Amino acid sequence: MKKVFKLEGLDCANCAAKMEDKIGKLEGVKEVSVNFMSSKMTIVMDGDKEKEILSKAEKVIHKLEPDVDIKAI
Amino acid sequence: MTRGMKKNLYRIIIAFVGLLLGMGAQRYLSFNPDVELILYIIIYVIIGHDVIKGAAGNIIKGQVFDENFLMSIATVGAFLVGEYPEAVGVMLFYQVGELFQSYAVHRSRKSISELMDIRPDYANIKEGDAVKKVSPEEVQIGAVMVIKPGEKVPLDGTVLEGSTSLDTAALTGEAMPKEVGIGDFILSGSININGYIEVQVDSNFAESTVSKILDLVENAGSKKADSEKFITKFARYYTPGVVIFAVLLAVLPPLLWDRGNFSDWVYRALTFLVISCPCALVISIPLSFFGGLGGASRNGILIKGSNYLEALAHTEMVVFDKTGTLTKGNFKVEKKVSGISGSLTEAEVLEAAAYAECYSNHPISLSIQKAYGGEINKERVTDVSEIAGYGLKVKFDDKTVLAGNEKLMRKENINFQPVREIGTVIHLAVNGIYEGYLVVADEIKESAKSTIEALKKAGINDIYMLTGDRKETAVHVAEQLGIDKVYAELLPGDKVDIMESLLHKKTKAGKLLFTGDGINDAPVLARADIGIAMGGVGSDAAIEAADMVLMTDEPIQIIKGIEIAKKTQVIVKQNIIFALGIKFGVLLLAAMGMTTMWAAVFADVGVSVIAICNAMRAMGRKL
Repeated sequence: MKKVFKLEGLDCANCAAKMEDKIGKLEGVKEVSVNFMSSKMTIVMDGDKEKEILSKAEKVIHKLEPDVDIKAI
Repeated sequence: MTRGMKKNLYRIIIAFVGLLLGMGAQRYLSFNPDVELILYIIIYVIIGHDVIKGAAGNIIKGQVFDENFLMSIATVGAFLVGEYPEAVGVMLFYQVGELFQSYAVHRSRKSISELMDIRPDYANIKEGDAVKKVSPEEVQIGAVMVIKPGEKVPLDGTVLEGSTSLDTAALTGEAMPKEVGIGDFILSGSININGYIEVQVDSNFAESTVSKILDLVENAGSKKADSEKFITKFARYYTPGVVIFAVLLAVLPPLLWDRGNFSDWVYRALTFLVISCPCALVISIPLSFFGGLGGASRNGILIKGSNYLEALAHTEMVVFDKTGTLTKGNFKVEKKVSGISGSLTEAEVLEAAAYAECYSNHPISLSIQKAYGGEINKERVTDVSEIAGYGLKVKFDDKTVLAGNEKLMRKENINFQPVREIGTVIHLAVNGIYEGYLVVADEIKESAKSTIEALKKAGINDIYMLTGDRKETAVHVAEQLGIDKVYAELLPGDKVDIMESLLHKKTKAGKLLFTGDGINDAPVLARADIGIAMGGVGSDAAIEAADMVLMTDEPIQIIKGIEIAKKTQVIVKQNIIFALGIKFGVLLLAAMGMTTMWAAVFADVGVSVIAICNAMRAMGRKL
C-alpha cells in the first residue's frame, strides 16, 4: 500500500535525504521518497505492518528534525 | 519572510555589528584579553546558541555527523586555539547561509503554489431566480453556474448563455485568450475575462480539470532524478570522509614530523570541518529540478517527476502517434464512392456506414455519423462486433454490414478492388457484396511541421511515426512533415512490439519519447522512457500511464519541454562542478595551510548562496 504524508516545517535538505535513507531500511518498507522541495513523503509498504512502520518512521523523522509536523494526505 | 526568518535576520545584524565593533576595538584600542574573550563569547552565544543546542541534542540522540555538530566543533575549536573573531565570524556566516537557504526554499515553494493557484474557492449556482454561493465540492452535475468577469471557472461545463473570452494561461500556458460562446465546453481553472456566462456543470469537482491538474502536480516528484540520488549518496560519504581526514590532519603531522606544532594543525583541521557540510549541493540540486518542473507547468507541461525532466534532456528518439498527435483528429468524409458490384447509391453507402459505426465513438466513426447528418435509430442495429484494427461487423435491418479497412474485407472474403486514396478508406459490404467506400481525411496540426524541424535542429534525428492508418495516408502525412521512418497499418498490440524493438535500437544513455493523444495507447505510453499524453486532461487512463502531460494540443510544447529540461540539466551540472570544485580546492589549500577559516566559510556559505541563486534560474523567471 502507498501513503503520502506532508512533512510541515521540513527545513534541511540533508536531513530529508537521511530520513529517506533510514526509513527505506525499515523492515516492510518497499519504497520511500522524501521530497524536500514539496515537503512530502511517499511510502510504499506492507499493509499489515503499517502501524509499526509509521511509528518507526515518525521516530526517525523527529530524531532528525524535531519540529516537523507529520500529516497524512 | 516568515517570523522565524525575521528573528534570525535581526540576530545576524546584531552579531555582525558586534563583530565589526569587536574587531575594530581589538585593532585600535588595547583591551584586557579576558574582556575581549568575554565580548566575543557574548556575540557568539547570540548568533550561535541554537546551533550549539541542536548539536548537544543530537549528540545525546547519537547523531554525530550533523551540520550543527560540525559547526559547533569548528567554532569552539577556533576559540580554543585563540582565533576569536574567526569563531564568531564562521558562526555568523553559517547563519547567513542558513537564512538565505530557508528564504530561497520558502520563496520557490511559494512561487510554485502561486503558480498552481487555480483552485476555485466557490461556485455561484443558479437556483430559480436566486444565485447561491457554494463550495465547488458540493455542486452536482447538471447544475447551472453563473460566472462573472474576473471569476475563475469553478467546474468543467458547457456554456448555456452568453459569450466571453477566457484566460487559460494557468492551464495551458497559452497567452492568447480563448473566445467561447453558447455550446462551447470550458475548463475549470480558466478565468473569465469580460463577459457574463451561464454554464451547465458537466463534471463534479473531483473529476474536474482543476482537480486532475492539482493532483498531478502535487503528486509529482516522488521519483527522483539520478543526479539527485547521486548527490544524496555523495553527501552520505563526503561528511564522514572530511571529518575523518580532519582528525588525521590534527593528530598525525604534529606527532610524526611537525612536532609540537599542534595549534597550527588543529586550525587546519577546523577549517576542514567548516567545509564538511554538503548543504549547498544537497539543497541546490532538488531546488533546480523543482524550479524546472515549475517552469514547465507554467508553460502547460506537467511532468510527473524530476527523473523525467532529467531524461527529457537526453532525448534521442522521438516516436509520434499520428492521429490526434500530429494531425488534428477532426476527420471529415471527403469522398463517397459506390461500388460497381453493389446496388447502393452513394447516399445509401454513407447511411449504411453511419449505422454500422453508430455505437463507436472513434473519431472516424463520429465523422461518418456527422456526414450522414440524419437521425440514427440505434434499434435498427444489432449484434455489433468491433474487430480492433479491422473495423466493424453489425446486423443492420437484418442485413450483415461490414465497415472497415482492406484487411476486414480480405478476412471476410469479400471480392473488392483495393483503392489508392489519401486518407482513411472505409470499405463497406452488405450481405457479402461489396458496396463501395468512404474516404475520411484528417488535417495536420499547425505546429507539427515546426516541431519536427526543431527536433532535427536539436540533433534529434530518430523520429518515427506509428499509426494504425493505411500506408498511403501515413506516408503522405509523414512526407509533408519531414518524417522518414513510418510504421503504418498497426494493430494496437503491434505498437508495443515496435516500441520494444526501438528501445533496443537506441543507445543506453539516450531516451525514447513517445507522444500520443492517450486514446488506445496507454500500454505504449507506459513502455516508453517518457510517455507524453497530449491534449490536456482528457483521458484518465492516459494521465495515469503518461509521465508527462501536455495541456494544449500542439506538439511544439515538446520542444519547450526539452529546452527547459536541458537548461535545468546545465544548471545542475554547473552547480555540482562549481560546488565540488570550490570545496575540494579549499580543502586542498587548507590541508597545506595556505588558507584561513574565512575562505572556508566562503567555500561553504558563499557556494551555497551562489548555487541556490543559480538553481533559481531553472524556474525561468525571477523570484
